[in-house]
Parts: sequence; C-alpha cells; structure tokens
Amino acid sequence: MTQELVLRVEDLTVALPPGADRNHAVTGINLSLAAGEVFCLIGESGSGKSVIAFSVMRLLAGNLPVTRGQVWFEGENLLALTPAAMRALRGRRMGMIFQEPMTALNPVMSCGVQLDEVLRCHTRLNSAERRARIVAMLERVRLPDPDRIYRSYPHQVSGGQRQRIMIAMALLLRPRLLIADEPTTALDVTTQAEILALIKELQRDTGAAVLFITHDFGVVAEIADQVAVLEKGRLVESGQAQTLLRAPQHPYSQLLLSAIPSMIPKRSGVKGASEFILETRSLTRVFGGTGLWRKSAGVRAVDSVSLRAPVRETLAVVGESGSGKSTLARLIAQLLPATSGEIVFGERDVGMLSRTQRHALRQRIQVVFQDPYRSLNPRRTVGAGITEGPMNFGVLKKEAWRRAANLMELVKLSPQALDRYPHEFSGGQRQRICIARALALEPTLLIADEAVSALDVSVQAQVLELLEDIQQRLHLSMIFITHDLRVAAQIAHRIVVMQKGQIVESGITEEVFRAPATEYTRSLLAAAPGQGFVFGQSPSTAV
Amino acid sequence: MSVSVAEAPPALTPRRAAWGKVWRNNAVRLGGVLLFTLILISILAPWLGTIDPAGIDPENRDLLPGTSGNVMTLTGENFAHHFWMGTDSYGRDIYSRVLYGGRVSLLVGICVAILSLVVGIGIGLAAGYFRWLDAVLMRVMDGLMAIPGILLAIALVALWQASLLTVIVAIAVPEVPRVTRLVRALVLSIREELYVEAAVSVGTSTLKLLWRHVLPNTVAPLIVQGTYICASAILVEAILSFLGVGLPTDVPTWGNVMAEGRLHFNTFPHNVLFPGVFLAVTVLAVNMLGDGLRDTLDPRFNKRGDK
Repeated sequence: MTQELVLRVEDLTVALPPGADRNHAVTGINLSLAAGEVFCLIGESGSGKSVIAFSVMRLLAGNLPVTRGQVWFEGENLLALTPAAMRALRGRRMGMIFQEPMTALNPVMSCGVQLDEVLRCHTRLNSAERRARIVAMLERVRLPDPDRIYRSYPHQVSGGQRQRIMIAMALLLRPRLLIADEPTTALDVTTQAEILALIKELQRDTGAAVLFITHDFGVVAEIADQVAVLEKGRLVESGQAQTLLRAPQHPYSQLLLSAIPSMIPKRSGVKGASEFILETRSLTRVFGGTGLWRKSAGVRAVDSVSLRAPVRETLAVVGESGSGKSTLARLIAQLLPATSGEIVFGERDVGMLSRTQRHALRQRIQVVFQDPYRSLNPRRTVGAGITEGPMNFGVLKKEAWRRAANLMELVKLSPQALDRYPHEFSGGQRQRICIARALALEPTLLIADEAVSALDVSVQAQVLELLEDIQQRLHLSMIFITHDLRVAAQIAHRIVVMQKGQIVESGITEEVFRAPATEYTRSLLAAAPGQGFVFGQSPSTAV
Repeated sequence: MSVSVAEAPPALTPRRAAWGKVWRNNAVRLGGVLLFTLILISILAPWLGTIDPAGIDPENRDLLPGTSGNVMTLTGENFAHHFWMGTDSYGRDIYSRVLYGGRVSLLVGICVAILSLVVGIGIGLAAGYFRWLDAVLMRVMDGLMAIPGILLAIALVALWQASLLTVIVAIAVPEVPRVTRLVRALVLSIREELYVEAAVSVGTSTLKLLWRHVLPNTVAPLIVQGTYICASAILVEAILSFLGVGLPTDVPTWGNVMAEGRLHFNTFPHNVLFPGVFLAVTVLAVNMLGDGLRDTLDPRFNKRGDK
C-alpha cells in the first residue's frame, strides 16, 4: 500500500459484562485504515460494530473493558494514552459523527456556540477568527445562510441540516480520522443521498481516513473503498468494496447480500381491479388548530387522501418521514378519528357506524406496528398478548389459547414460547409474535405500519416472506406502510406515494418503478442507495 | 440480545429478576431489616416485658433510666419492674410507652401510604387517561397543594374528632395530590406507548386497558413514592401529637410522649430522648428503603450506578 496508515487495530478484544449472550463484544479484530480511504464496517445489530468505533475513540462504557489488543493511531497506541492526552486528540485529530443528530447536539446551546466550543478548546484563535472559520465550514457543508444557522438552536433546523452541522463540527479541525457511526440511518433517503455525497466529497478534499459504520449494503456500495463484515463480534470477511460486494466469499456475507431486497418489483397487480376491501374518500386529519381562543391552521397530516385497496392484494403506501403515512394507517385502523372525509370498509361507511358496530370492525382490521420492541407489553406473557384480542370478542380462554398455539406455528415459532415474556425474544421473533397477535382476530385487512423497518436485513427478508405466505394462505388484503422502496418492490401489488400528507402518485408496482409519473417519485427512486449495483453479481446495467 | 427460544432454559420472569436485583442493594437490605425489626418489636410489645403504657403510678414519678421499683396497678396488683428507660412525671413506664407508641406510628405511616396511593392512583389514572377530566381534577389537586400539608392536616383533625382514623385521613389528604401528579405524568407517557395502541387495536375496553396495561407499568415508581409518604406520615403524626392536635394524650404515641416530656426536658431529658431516637431510626429506615428501591427500580437512576 502506498498511502500512509492512519489507523491500525490489532487483535482488539472487548469483554461483555457477565450474563450477556456471549463473552466478548468483539474478538480479535484486525483492521487498518489508510489516509484518504473510506473503510466501512458492516454488520447487523449486536454485531459489535459500534463497540469498535467507541474503543477507537476510547468512549466505551466502564463495563466494557478492552481485554486484549492495541489501537495504533498515527504511531501512538491509543489504549495507553492518558485521559488528558486522549481529550486533546479527540476533536483535533479524530472527529466523530453520531447516528442521531438531535441527541448529539445540546438543545439549549445555539449551533454556532457548540461549534465555537471545539475551536476554543483546541486552538488559540480569537473570536473573530473562530467565527470566520465556522461560517466558512458551514458553507463547506453547504448549509444555506450560515449566519442564520450559527444563531439557531438544534430544534430550529431540519434533521439533514443537523447532520451537516455535526459533520462541520467533526471536520472543523481537519482531523486525520473521521468516525461515522450510522450517520444516515435516521434520515430520509433523499437526505441520506446528499449527506453521503457530502462526506465522500469532504473526505476527498481533506484526505482524511473515514471509518464508516453501517448496517446498509446500499450505503456501502455508495461510499466504501474497503469493507469489513462483522458477525457476532468477529470479522468474517474484509477486502475491496467492489470485489466483496460482487463476489462475497464467506457464507455470512453471502447470506447478508442475498437478503437485500432488490429494486426490481417482484410482483405487480393488474390494472383496473374490480373488488375493493377499503376505500377512503378525501380523508383528512388535522393536528392542532383547535385553540380555545383563537383558531390556528394546524398541521394537515393527511390531506384529502382518496385511495382504494383491492381485495387480497398488497397496497404499499410509500413516503418519507412526515409524509403522513403512519397517520393514514391509524385513521384506517380506527385508532385516530378523522377530521373529515370517509372511510368505506366493505361497502359500509365507517363514519355512519354505531359504537358497537365500530367495536366489531376492530376485529376485521388489524395492525402490525413498527417497533416490535415497544409494541408488546413487557410485563405480560406472549400468550396473554395474543389471546387478549379474541377474548375481548368473547372467545373462551381455552379456545383462545388453542388458537394462539396454532398461530405460533403459523408464524414459525414454538407454541411453548407462549408462556415467555417479550424480552426473551429477538426483534424478528417479536415481530412474528405481533403478526400472530394481529392474526388472532382473523382480520380481513392487515395494516403493516413499517413492520420490517426496525429489523436487520436478513430478518427483514424472513418476515416479508412470512407476510406474503400468510397473505396467500388466509386470503388477506394488506396495506403496507413503508419508507423503503426496496421493501415495497418486494411485497406490493400496488403503490401509493405520499408527500406532505397528499398522494402524489399511485399505480401498479411495476409501472411506478419503470415509469414514475412525478418528479418526487423519480427523486425517491434516484436517491435509493446502491442502485445500479446488483449485489453478489458481476456489474450490470440493471434498473 | 437475542436468545434462541427453543433451547433457552426457562428464564426468570421479569418480576423475579427485578426483585433479585432490589435485594442485592445494601440500602434496601439495611433499611428493610431495620424496619422489619421495628415492626416486629411493635407487634410483640405485650410480650417484651412491658406494663400498661397508660398506667399512672404516683409512687414511681420521674425515675431515671435503669431504676428498679415496684408497680402498683389500679386494680391493686403489686409487682417488681425494671424501668430501664425511666418513667415520666405521671409515673408511666417510658419503655412501654415507646414500644406501644411504635404501633401507632407505624400503623399511621403504612395506612397513610396505602390510602394516599390508592386514592392518588385512582385520580391520577383518570386525569392522565381521560383528557377532558384532566383540567378539572388537576386544578383541584393544585388547590390542595397550595395549602401547607401540616396546616391542612391540623384543620381536618380539628374539624372531626381526633381518632386513629381521622388522623390517618387527615395526613393522607395532603399527600394525595403528590401521588396524583406522579401517576398522571406516568400515565401520560405510558398511554403513548405502542403496546397500549396495540391493545386498543385488538378491541380492549378502557377499564381493562388501564388495569392490565397502564397500571402495572406505574408500580415501580409508586412503591418508591409510597415509602417516602410513609416516612413523612410518621413524622407528621408525631408533629400533630406534639402540638396537641393529634391523637388524645392518653394514647401513647411518640409525639405525645415527647410533648409531655418537653416540660421537664432540662431535668429529665430521657422522656424526650428515647421516643425521639426511635422516631429518627424509623424514619431513617423507611427513607433508606425508599432510596434503595429508587436506585434499583427507577430506570432514571439506573443508568450509571448499576453494572
């Protein structure tokens, strides 16, 4: 290698506290990072990728001791440095960007003051010079109106802008090493694409080395020079990004790559469906705006949405955060009252139903929620959760439990698990439990609200498969809410694209992907990371 | 952290795991053992060498701790007794009065805690879950909180006749708004949890929802709050007795014993000292238990200290 090495990690081993599922968070990690290189660490949740980043920064919690190994940064062993020496190094020679820009910035200090603090701690510039440098840096990360940003507080700027401010902060002192821990995971696809391009560009300009942590192979394909794949704390494969992505050697890398949903639609409905299970007519929901003394406009989270969900098909509602797709799901599921408009479910206007009829309707429409870690009551057993619904509708306890046992088999879990508590299950297993709970009421319409977003790719693929299988077996109609076009491509017959509470495009999946009608859909499709890259295959011009 | 379900041994239920962690806390152990001992002493008072705590005996007035003497009861019985905490100016045995006084104090403390928790939970659940009730209920609570607790208790006792029940109610009423506020705040955050929404979507009725999904998740902070209320109730009861507005003077309570001993404090400090020490140790034990429980049960205090 011709370039100088910036970071070398040798045989790094970090112990986990007793009682965890394995003894070591990471075991025997070796990696080296040259200047001007983007090194991606990829792994699923719990694989130890953040632990590596935090041990390089020496920011590990006290209960995660480094038991073996060395971290060399430009000729110094970081693990042997004093805390004071380490402090001087952080920020000055290595910068870090975190996953959640909202919590990484202090909400009671203006952005400018927080940037200023970095310079005050590490340089002897006077205040005018500091300010000039910060404004120049804010311009570098392409923030509009740097003077205004300097004065504003973190909550006054958007998520993407906050991440730009974090990048500006990390690069202010031109560090040799930039550590980015899932910096785009909390962002929308279009913003993600911009941030990735920015990181890449700044890295090229400054010649810094970047240690980039992600779970998303699409991001890897966009940005990485080198990749290392982590599985349960061990490095299973590493190498040139282009080589590894096209021809992974290790079975785990192959599994991960094959699990990535492709952008090519898997199935598609036919035009002009005749039978609809659900129809909304100019459905609107306004939040706020009903003040006691004065009326303000409020936020139109869902703005006259009219859509039709065909029987036994999957309708995907796609949109970025804040597009109103989750509010739409709640309106349809009768979890929120609509401000105006109608919901017609199987020929009947839901708004005209009596209380008891509406209660009965709950049985027909069931929801699988986004976050399987929060949608199960931690204090009740799985069985109690699944049987609750049927028992609410008068099914006897014994019968409800028998049905629950059958459902557990349907979602490929053991019926013995009914007596256990949710915390004993992994994310994918919990989502299966949530699906079983929804199915326990024998619904005809299943709403999946970002049901696979919180899951790792390999688990995501399994849950999608399960949903598809169940849909066919039970003749379910499904409304699938997602922000991820890849997921939509895998499961949907039809797609509705939402933006700012309104439907901007709808059509059968194949057509929306092949010939998007609106600018917004085109930009969404273009922003999806790693496209033009058919993973695990030689280069092709697909999509 | 994923656990493969098929092979995993039957794990502890969350509840048992949590109690195991609680018991490993030193403050909980020390406070719990102390409190348990005090409760045991109070219950077993008749068998711990005590005599009638209200028995007046002019022969034995103002004895110093450790004196032996003869006791003459009103029925004419005569027997030897060792006054190892001395007697007061009516010749009553301080040791017996302190032990029997512990019954009143602990009973008041525990009853006040239970009563204010039950009422506070009811009002708090209603205020937190039914938004239209919130404004009305919380304004009433704010009003109650605007009156100093002890003044309110004195006024309530003065209004009714002083008895054990009225004292308990009078001390509990000022505590209710504090519990209500806590419960309401907890409910406001729990009602936004996805599992509550999930329960609504499978058709669970509101009462069941509150009972099964909301209430169990408020328990841990409420146990902690309960111990603090208990400690403060024991103190307030003693203060009321001391001021002469609590239980009637013939009932032996720590506050009454101290109030009577106060007049002769310069010459016979033991009259105040012994009940005072018991009161302090009891409140200390309850507070230690509460601090320990808070450290282990309340997630906000759990992030760093616990490894």
